Amino acid sequence: MENTEWRLRPPANLVSKRAILHWTLRAAIVWTIVVGAQAIHLLIDDGSSTWVRVVALVSLVVAVAHVAVMPRWRYAVHRWETSPEAVYTRSGWINQEWRLAPVSRIQTVDTARGPLQQLLNLSTVTVTTASAAGPVKIENLDASVAARIADELTSTTQATPGDAT
Amino acid sequence: MTVQPDTGFPAAPPVDEPSREWGRLDPRMIIVRPLNELLGLLIPLFAIAFLGNGETWRLAVSGATVGALILYGLFAWLTTKYRISETQVELHKGLLLRQRLAIPRDRIRTVDLTSKLGHRLFGLTAVRVGTGQQERTPGEGVVLDAVTAAEADRLRQVFLHRPTATDEPTADQPADEGTPISTLDRRWYRYAPLSMSGLVTIGIFAGFGMNILNELDLEFSKVGFIRSVVTWVTDSNPLVVVPAVAGVVLLVSVILSFLTYLLQNHGYHLNRHADGTVRVRRGLLTTRSVSVEEQRLRGVTLHEPLLLRAGRGGRLTAVTTGLGRANGSGLLLPPAPRAEADRVSAEVLHAPTAPTAERLTRHPARARTRRLVRAITPNVVLAGALLLLAASADWPNWLWITAVCLLPISVLIGLDRYRNLGHTLTDRYLVSRSGSLDRETVALQRTGIIGWKFTQTLFQRRAGLLSVTAVTAAGKGGYAVVDIGEGDGLALADKTIPDLLRPFLAPY
Repeated sequence: MENTEWRLRPPANLVSKRAILHWTLRAAIVWTIVVGAQAIHLLIDDGSSTWVRVVALVSLVVAVAHVAVMPRWRYAVHRWETSPEAVYTRSGWINQEWRLAPVSRIQTVDTARGPLQQLLNLSTVTVTTASAAGPVKIENLDASVAARIADELTSTTQATPGDAT
Repeated sequence: MTVQPDTGFPAAPPVDEPSREWGRLDPRMIIVRPLNELLGLLIPLFAIAFLGNGETWRLAVSGATVGALILYGLFAWLTTKYRISETQVELHKGLLLRQRLAIPRDRIRTVDLTSKLGHRLFGLTAVRVGTGQQERTPGEGVVLDAVTAAEADRLRQVFLHRPTATDEPTADQPADEGTPISTLDRRWYRYAPLSMSGLVTIGIFAGFGMNILNELDLEFSKVGFIRSVVTWVTDSNPLVVVPAVAGVVLLVSVILSFLTYLLQNHGYHLNRHADGTVRVRRGLLTTRSVSVEEQRLRGVTLHEPLLLRAGRGGRLTAVTTGLGRANGSGLLLPPAPRAEADRVSAEVLHAPTAPTAERLTRHPARARTRRLVRAITPNVVLAGALLLLAASADWPNWLWITAVCLLPISVLIGLDRYRNLGHTLTDRYLVSRSGSLDRETVALQRTGIIGWKFTQTLFQRRAGLLSVTAVTAAGKGGYAVVDIGEGDGLALADKTIPDLLRPFLAPY
């Protein structure tokens, strides 16, 4: 047992399929502003130098690549799992992060929905502990699933004694 | 007058024992608060009032500042009151922004008594109470600024006395001097210049001074001495000027760092007290006395900045809940010999041997590549950018040449960072070390860990490395073991808190 080489197994559940759409829209909005501003500048100002054109072209290519690749990649990475003992999540895309928080140390469980998420009926669950290292987040769950998890975690947390520090 | 201020906040939670009287801060604070502020503003005010040609506006500005400070002191005193009941500490304060703070007494983890020079002239002390709550901005939280020194000492005993004990905490208990763990040794002063604090002070003063000079349009060029210095610097051979200026800066910084050490650490004592706290007392003009509840002490951090490490010295801070991150309130040991730091960390943590002195397991050689790449890349990018600018925008050549010459140094730093990476597990502590210019060794209590965070960048994934962060309520909130081998990192986390991680692991 001591000599086994371990790896982290992926958490059991995927996030909602609509998360791909959410990430795509969010990235597309940001890139539209960035690339759009450069395009307007190029249209108005005829005499722009070569490097301005090069920068605009590069950002267009990066934008397309990011919008095309990031959401699907994220969907493959983002996973979550809750057990009676712990909350376990994986997130990120190029850089990835696993979080593990024992249920006995949970202080609050919130769900939140941004404007885009409301359109897509998605919800983000935020689990906070006493630490300043940041909460454990499960992004873009189906709203009903998020509500169920929040309820479950809240009731198990209340059943656990102690001040969770 | 302060029954129900006109704010939208919900009323403070009901108090079990409302009969307790509201107390005011000591009336002498009406004088002390403006005095403390004035001491800090003395030099700028003097500059405004008396340099220049004595125009009326200069005197008016100085007068108005002093007047405003005195009024501020008066109103601060009038609007502040506090009450200590069986269960909580309440503080009401503020004139324009009314604040009502209440914290449960059983959540108090630390008590910090600070007396600035102004306070000390009148025998007063400010009491800062720390709870498990993380401070978001420095200065947040309950501070009673200020009460008499005797009252402050009584409050400390009351606050840190657990409510479970039935006997009423009183002042008639004999004064508890505690058992000493460490006291200042005059030989420790040799570590003062190694802490770079002098250089930092020079930097701050230079920046601050330049600003004031610009703002006030003072004509220093009329002062003969300064003019002759400036002429000498601009006219002489740079080969003479550069070493001379460097020498002066070095000398001044050494003197300043001795002064800083004296001001901050004079009369340093670290004692353990019978009420389950460790207390640090130090300071020459501003005295501080910080009490930390031992039960909440989650570990220690040993800081060894490069120079201090070269002199075989170190500095110790506490990893605990309830201490603000502001101005070093968590200090357990000022720069001192490394052996003393290890001894103190063992004593404070009740460990048979110092966890900070444990032999650490080195990280795999793949981690060295990563440290090197991360140390060198910024330097290469900088050199490249400067070279490009020199070629295209007529920037001077010596800039990029200097950047290239710095490359060997960044290689050395990268190698040193790798050499310093390490971790180990003792029966009660998780020990992790990292950093080069500011090497930190953290010993974190295993039972204080409330979760894990594993991060992997693209490059770490390819190299089979992992950063394991132990999440905790104390101190910085998370302490990382950087670039450990993937399997080793998970095994370490699994062994640190048995059974927590195991269900989420799979064999390769």
